[in-house]
Amino acid sequence: MANISESETIGAATTERYKYGFVTDIESDTAPKGLDESTVRFISAKKDEPDWLLQWRLKAFRQWLDKADEEPTWAKVNYPKIDYQDSYYYSAPKQQETLNSLDEVDPKLLETYNKLGIPLQEQMMLAGVAVDAVFDSVSVATTFKEELSKHGVIFCPISEAVQKHPELVKKYLGSVVPVADNFFATLNSAVFTDGSFVYVPEGVRCPMELSTYFRINAAQTGQFERTLIIADKGSYVSYLEGCTAPMRDEHQLHAAVVELIALDDAEIKYSTVQNWYPGDENGKGGIYNFVTKRGACRGRNSKISWTQVETGSAITWKYPSCILQGDNSVGEFYSIAITNNFQQADTGTKMIHMGKDTKSRIISKGISAGHAESTYRGLVKVMPGATGARNFTQCDSLLIGEKCGAHTVPYIEVRNKTAQVEHEATTSKISDDQLLYCRQRGLSAEDATTLIVNGFCRQVLQELPMEFAVEAQKLVGISLEGSVG
Amino acid sequence: MTVMLEIKDLHAAVNGKEVLKGINLTINAGEVHAVMGPNGSGKSTLSYVLAGRDGYDVTQGSVMYKGADLIALAPEIRAREGIFLAFQYPVEIPGVAGTTFLKTAYNAIRKHRGEKELDAMQFLKLIREKQKQLDMTDEMVRRAVNVGFSGGEKKRYEMLQMAMLEPALAILDETDSGLDIDALKTVADGINALRDPGRAMLMITHYQRLLDYVVPDFVHVLAGGKIVRSGDKSLALDLEKEGYAVLGTAAA
Ligand SMILES: Nc1ncnc2c1ncn2[C@@H]1O[C@H](COP(=O)(O)OP(=O)(O)OP(=O)(O)O)[C@@H](O)[C@H]1O
Ligand SMILES: [Mg+2]
Repeated sequence: MANISESETIGAATTERYKYGFVTDIESDTAPKGLDESTVRFISAKKDEPDWLLQWRLKAFRQWLDKADEEPTWAKVNYPKIDYQDSYYYSAPKQQETLNSLDEVDPKLLETYNKLGIPLQEQMMLAGVAVDAVFDSVSVATTFKEELSKHGVIFCPISEAVQKHPELVKKYLGSVVPVADNFFATLNSAVFTDGSFVYVPEGVRCPMELSTYFRINAAQTGQFERTLIIADKGSYVSYLEGCTAPMRDEHQLHAAVVELIALDDAEIKYSTVQNWYPGDENGKGGIYNFVTKRGACRGRNSKISWTQVETGSAITWKYPSCILQGDNSVGEFYSIAITNNFQQADTGTKMIHMGKDTKSRIISKGISAGHAESTYRGLVKVMPGATGARNFTQCDSLLIGEKCGAHTVPYIEVRNKTAQVEHEATTSKISDDQLLYCRQRGLSAEDATTLIVNGFCRQVLQELPMEFAVEAQKLVGISLEGSVG
Repeated sequence: MTVMLEIKDLHAAVNGKEVLKGINLTINAGEVHAVMGPNGSGKSTLSYVLAGRDGYDVTQGSVMYKGADLIALAPEIRAREGIFLAFQYPVEIPGVAGTTFLKTAYNAIRKHRGEKELDAMQFLKLIREKQKQLDMTDEMVRRAVNVGFSGGEKKRYEMLQMAMLEPALAILDETDSGLDIDALKTVADGINALRDPGRAMLMITHYQRLLDYVVPDFVHVLAGGKIVRSGDKSLALDLEKEGYAVLGTAAA
């Protein structure tokens, strides 16, 4: 991997996307506006799904109807009521208008790409500039694909997995996030259209970061994404979703479901960089990101690690969680949530200890600037059988300016006396002394803030795959632009 | 002789309270000036006013640096123009590696001067040289800025920064406080190594022992927000013997 240059990697991603059908059939039409049973049937038919999956979707849809009054209101976020009938649930992907050169791209977008240090060819990809044959990607792509299949790793769109690996999908889909789990997850189960599927067979260490592919694909992320990752016994996989480049989307509501399953001695590392359009500096527009992410450490000695950098979206509602079923299993949650202007984030995690000697670790860093509100909401639950369970939680909030807020809402439920649960929380501000110290050394106030915030986030940043850590640091700075006077 | 800094009738208020009450001081390139004076007399305030700290307002008088008005400049511009303040109480910046911090600063200053920024390798080579002179280990330099540093280590880290940033005007606020005898010698050597015809220094100190090593060209006594006495190095020796009482009631 190390000898593959950046541009080749991107080339590979382009081709892979095509190969794996990340671009769905252009000829497909649009389902009529609104949501009823026929919409669900339409989606299923378009995807040529087996009957069991159609029935699964229909069941979800009926449950969603019953839940009509159950749209969650407990989170500390405010938004106008969503009209679910005023939306399209299936539409043909619009052929993206291809531009001929970077000169035609919105200069503001390019400015951001440059600040992030995204290589030129990748910028072209992201901005939709026609990628010519400058990089011969086919051979590299083939190498990647061969490499994965040599190890028996399956990595494809979930709709393809439904066709080619129905037994795996049927066995695991909805096994971590049940259809009835919550309003948004139920809606997703009825109407999901895309997402990824990963299966790593027993004893296999996935030979590459699956981020390598995903980086470009992320620009195409759908409204109701569904991701399913299974790490069989003794396997390891690291997966990264998202993109540091800012993403706009015509859909305001995004309700994804991600399910992870780790069997005995398996490890899944799932990293997210979320940079959806947050709305303008007055709080207009912006994506609502209501996501259900959950991992099951089903096997003994298994481990699931969530790392997230949340800088985008107008509203984020997200609690990547771990169900620690296997004895001696480990759950980790590392989070950076940055909110600026009028953004709202209610995020955190749930660690459910069921097996013996299970361990969890939560490191949450919330940064609020402008008028933003950020809430950490976390649950640590130790079930009666979880003898010897241990949790460590550290929640740090950093406030920039006077008008923002940070809130910490920890729930702790312990039903086994041998459990040890530790919780630490701090709230701080960037001090005048720190700012002066940096500025006295020649840093601008903005650069000083970025540096200090990156220092504050270090424990989490260092959990990210290397190639994204650098960009994520720059992203921190960009997200806070305009927050210091 | 080139005038580096010219302070005329400087009055400054902190949070609305007047602390500096008419300071006059001229420092030429190549000179080392020591400023002494009782606690609370305004020494650190003077250093903050020169650095441009928010809330330290000049209410009267002027400060010219390299022939231009200093007060109008933002703190970071002053720094990039060559003013360096070694803080009396250096602050901690958790999570930010000392090398990262210093490289960011170093390159910000180089960029301002129209020089090429150094890459990580070049920078590490440079910092290694300087840290050796100050008896600092790699481990210390890589640690988060000032976090967990002893008092003496913080002061040495300030000196390392000064050596790296090569300022035109260095203001050292009690850099000798908290240093053991060996460290004092090391730091003094570091300061002496930077003495240069093109560079001026303003050393705030309470003790003669620093001045034994770094012999000043001038010594000033600040009391009640004013310079009440100026002289050569012998003034410091007099003060050492007799305390500030030598100045009479005016200083108290
Ligand atoms: N933020 C502030 N608010 C109010 N008063 C202040 C503030 N900062 C400094 N002062 C006052 O200004 C005066 C001068 O303080 P300064 O720190 O400059 O003294 P100093 O000469 O450096 O003393 P030391 O030798 O103890 O370091 C003191 O009376 C101090 O209380
Ligand atoms: Mg002082």
